[in-house]
Amino acid sequence: MATEAATDLHTHVPAAPETPEPHAEPNYIAVFLYLAILTAAELGVYALNFPSVLKIGLLVALALAKATLVAMYFMHLAVERRGLWVVAAAPLMLVAFCYLMLRPDLSARAWAHVPANQAVGVHEGAAPPPAQSESAPANAAPGTQGS
Amino acid sequence: MSEAAAIETHVQAAVTADLYEPSLTPGNTGKLGMWIFLAGDAMTFGVGIAAYGALRWQNVNWPEPAQWLGITTTAVMTFILICSSVTMVEALSGIRQGNQQKFRLFIGATILGGLMFLGMQAFEWHHLIIGEGLSIKTSLFSASFFILTGFHGMHVTGGVVYNSVLMVRGFMGRITQAKAGLVEIAGLYWHFVDLVWILIFTFVYLI
Repeated sequence: MATEAATDLHTHVPAAPETPEPHAEPNYIAVFLYLAILTAAELGVYALNFPSVLKIGLLVALALAKATLVAMYFMHLAVERRGLWVVAAAPLMLVAFCYLMLRPDLSARAWAHVPANQAVGVHEGAAPPPAQSESAPANAAPGTQGS
Repeated sequence: MSEAAAIETHVQAAVTADLYEPSLTPGNTGKLGMWIFLAGDAMTFGVGIAAYGALRWQNVNWPEPAQWLGITTTAVMTFILICSSVTMVEALSGIRQGNQQKFRLFIGATILGGLMFLGMQAFEWHHLIIGEGLSIKTSLFSASFFILTGFHGMHVTGGVVYNSVLMVRGFMGRITQAKAGLVEIAGLYWHFVDLVWILIFTFVYLI
């Protein structure tokens, strides 16, 4: 009986209306041109001698603008149902949480402030600089000095 | 009334009353599956980039990226990946129009773009590993660089294989206008790979 009932459910129940909404295709060449221009702008900002904070802010803003263009028009998020935006935005919340959780811990560690302690080409801890304890900031968290 | 008939009547009433929650991607449930997969994948990449940012923050020993990395070469790689995103949407446009020739041409161009990107990345890695003596164990900088770009390179490789399967199936006549949804799903993956590279290029190479 149960099997028959299941068969009936799959056989006779009409599918709910699931037709995609028709939408006009975006102008992909225009999107490409915007992306190319933004990439060129990034390289321009990179090459110019802006103050560090301004430079980083501009580069991050340009990168986010490019990523948004790709998501909205190439991945068609602009014409998808708004509920899908929640799926797309979920990772951003996790990333923000992760960064905010990591940063206070890592930036308080002494090794980040010790010149040559983490230089490229030197294994971590292989050659601790002699002035490490003197160079460590006074506000370093206990137990986190050195690597 | 039999049990089956009672259930059917109940379901019919639910359909009539529009009690089913509508799909987020009507007509293509596979697309929703890909979006959920990409959300998970984005978390992995995102946490990698967040960790990179946290390690680098106020680290006076972090090298200037241009000291080790070729910005011009990487800018070309970025441009190639953006171009391949355009060819991917043109391939989708082609199959939606039932234009097999356009689909095959542009999906082939997308694969070529992916292979060019991978070739340039292999060249860059060869230079860093053999020429400069860097490895994943050398420093925090090199570890985060190889992990982020390597993980992304694996995704590009996966995308090239994915698109190649679609192209072969296209030549076999198995990708038709009615199956344009399959190309759209593959396109989502490919554009995601492009999107991630846009962020890696900025955070790892330019900043």
